[in-house]
Amino acid sequence: MQDGIGEVFAQCPMEHTMNTRQQVFATPDEPVATRSESATGAGDVVHVTLRINGTAYGLQLDPRTTLLDCLRETVGLTGTKKGCDHGQCGACTVHVDGRRVNSCLSLGVMHEGEEITTIEGIGQPGALHPVQAAFLACDAYQCGYCTSGQIMSAVALLDEACGPEDADVRECMSGNICRCGAYPNIVAAIRQVRGKP
Amino acid sequence: MQSFAFIRTEDASTAIASGAKSKTAQQGASVRFVAGGTTLIDLMKLNVERPEHVIDINRLPLDRIEPLADGGLKIGATVRNSDLANHAIVQRDYPVLSQAILAGASAQLRNMATTGGNLLQRTRCMYFRDTASACNKREPGTGCSAIFGANRTLAILGTSEHCIATNPSDMNVAMAALEATIHVQGINGARSIPIGDFHLLPGSTPDRETVLEPGDLITHVTLAPPAPRSRSFYLKLRDRASYEFALASAAVVVTVEGGRVTRARIALGGVGTKPWRSTEAEALLTGEPVGEPTFRRAANAALRDARPQSQNGFKVELAKRCLVHALKEATL
Ligand SMILES: Cc1cc2nc3c(=O)[nH]c(=O)nc-3n(C[C@H](O)[C@H](O)[C@H](O)COP(=O)(O)OP(=O)(O)OC[C@H]3O[C@@H](n4cnc5c(N)ncnc54)[C@H](O)[C@@H]3O)c2cc1C
Ligand code: SF4
Ligand code: FES
Ligand code: FES
Repeated sequence: MQDGIGEVFAQCPMEHTMNTRQQVFATPDEPVATRSESATGAGDVVHVTLRINGTAYGLQLDPRTTLLDCLRETVGLTGTKKGCDHGQCGACTVHVDGRRVNSCLSLGVMHEGEEITTIEGIGQPGALHPVQAAFLACDAYQCGYCTSGQIMSAVALLDEACGPEDADVRECMSGNICRCGAYPNIVAAIRQVRGKP
Repeated sequence: MQSFAFIRTEDASTAIASGAKSKTAQQGASVRFVAGGTTLIDLMKLNVERPEHVIDINRLPLDRIEPLADGGLKIGATVRNSDLANHAIVQRDYPVLSQAILAGASAQLRNMATTGGNLLQRTRCMYFRDTASACNKREPGTGCSAIFGANRTLAILGTSEHCIATNPSDMNVAMAALEATIHVQGINGARSIPIGDFHLLPGSTPDRETVLEPGDLITHVTLAPPAPRSRSFYLKLRDRASYEFALASAAVVVTVEGGRVTRARIALGGVGTKPWRSTEAEALLTGEPVGEPTFRRAANAALRDARPQSQNGFKVELAKRCLVHALKEATL
């Protein structure tokens, strides 16, 4: 298997592999090649503007770059985690236009013009999202590796058609695996936010 | 992952013309459409899919669910599985479809997965997903590693000596019981394909999974109006309670009048090489009194031709019980 980050970087111009926001930030009026119809050759870098947590990032991506690798490696937002890289664990959960998705099974270049929200975008130390605060209060993690994905799922769940019972919450949260088995406290945190005793 | 050129278009004819440049629409295609990406990108990472061109079809105007004048329903190819399952008309008129979709994958994946992509999702056979293994579906002529290997989750109906892979979809099973029609636009115009004719049995060409030709774009799926007074149900049995593929599943749509079944549509999942409609079970149910003895006879008929492999013999009885239970839920 040869789908490493190194390979993606090797295809990118150097300045775009550096994990600093300044270097990936583009002027807003830079033309965007993928806006309507565009064709590239194999291996060609694609210019794309992604809106992440309310900020526009002009990026040049090898089209193979998943949304997950783009967030972590190109933009430097490492709160979103890579567990399985195959849609089987939920660690990479982010919101696209308010809906939770697995960022490992999507390409960065597919998200021109969409609003992407990561764990960094929902709350910060001192101004936590209620779900983040509830995870702290309920001790809803052990190692913490799955936690950002769990929280992104839980935040999305609040606006979904999820039934009132703990069993409903478990079903709606089944796309987020926790190897530490913090499930009871995760359910408790969500119960707390939803105002259930 | 192999390098590819990325093409985004808002126009179906561009997508179709680009797709038509591939030699095949089946395994080994050099051009692929990407919708949700949850099958394609997964398999590209494994080098099982190696397209040279990837065409993003998410901006095509195929994302609507529309009621039809005859009382049926038109479902766009890029409608997300979660939107389809939660749609009021689907929940009212085709609950089996809503239940089947919600039994599949996870909330995140259903937010990405589309109608067209789900129809074309690939088997989860572990040898298919591993380029180091022999697999006739991935590389014709190399042999089938599963027949004497790990076949616990694989098919017992519709298999051949060349491939025993299961069609893993839940949605497809409900679509089969609802006799959905798949609408395709190709370089030679539009055509519609009943779902029963859409997926192919593996036979000696397991790399060919559907009747699709290069360039063919699924535009939408239509459902006939719900059968009057029918009730439907989807039951899925699996190794864990959620986020797991079916070992056996059953989609049933039945009408009961005066204690007798007057119409039945039956499809099984997790056991067939394609979404498995059982007209044998339907024939045995029709005209018969509702109840366990009738349901059991129908289940025996549905599994009569089952050919279990070394590890999946349990699926024969599991699928029968699954169907009996689903019929009870829908009728009693
Ligand atoms: C971890 C995991 C668990 C899962 N569990 C389940 C489960 O329990 N039950 C279940 O049913 N499914 C399950 N799935 C599968 C999931 O439902 C499918 O991956 C999904 O439905 C595919 O849809 P997509 O839009 O993402 O397809 P894509 O990956 O975008 O496309 C799949 C294929 O279809 C082609 N295609 C897509 N749209 C069109 C079109 N309009 N016309 C022509 N060709 C098209 C693509 O070229 C590609 O070859 C699971 C998937 C994962 C990763
Ligand atoms: S069952 Fe089919 S997909 Fe699996 S190894 Fe055999 S040929 Fe390949
Ligand atoms: S890293 Fe995306 S689901 Fe596991
Ligand atoms: S807290 Fe360790 S994986 Fe969930």
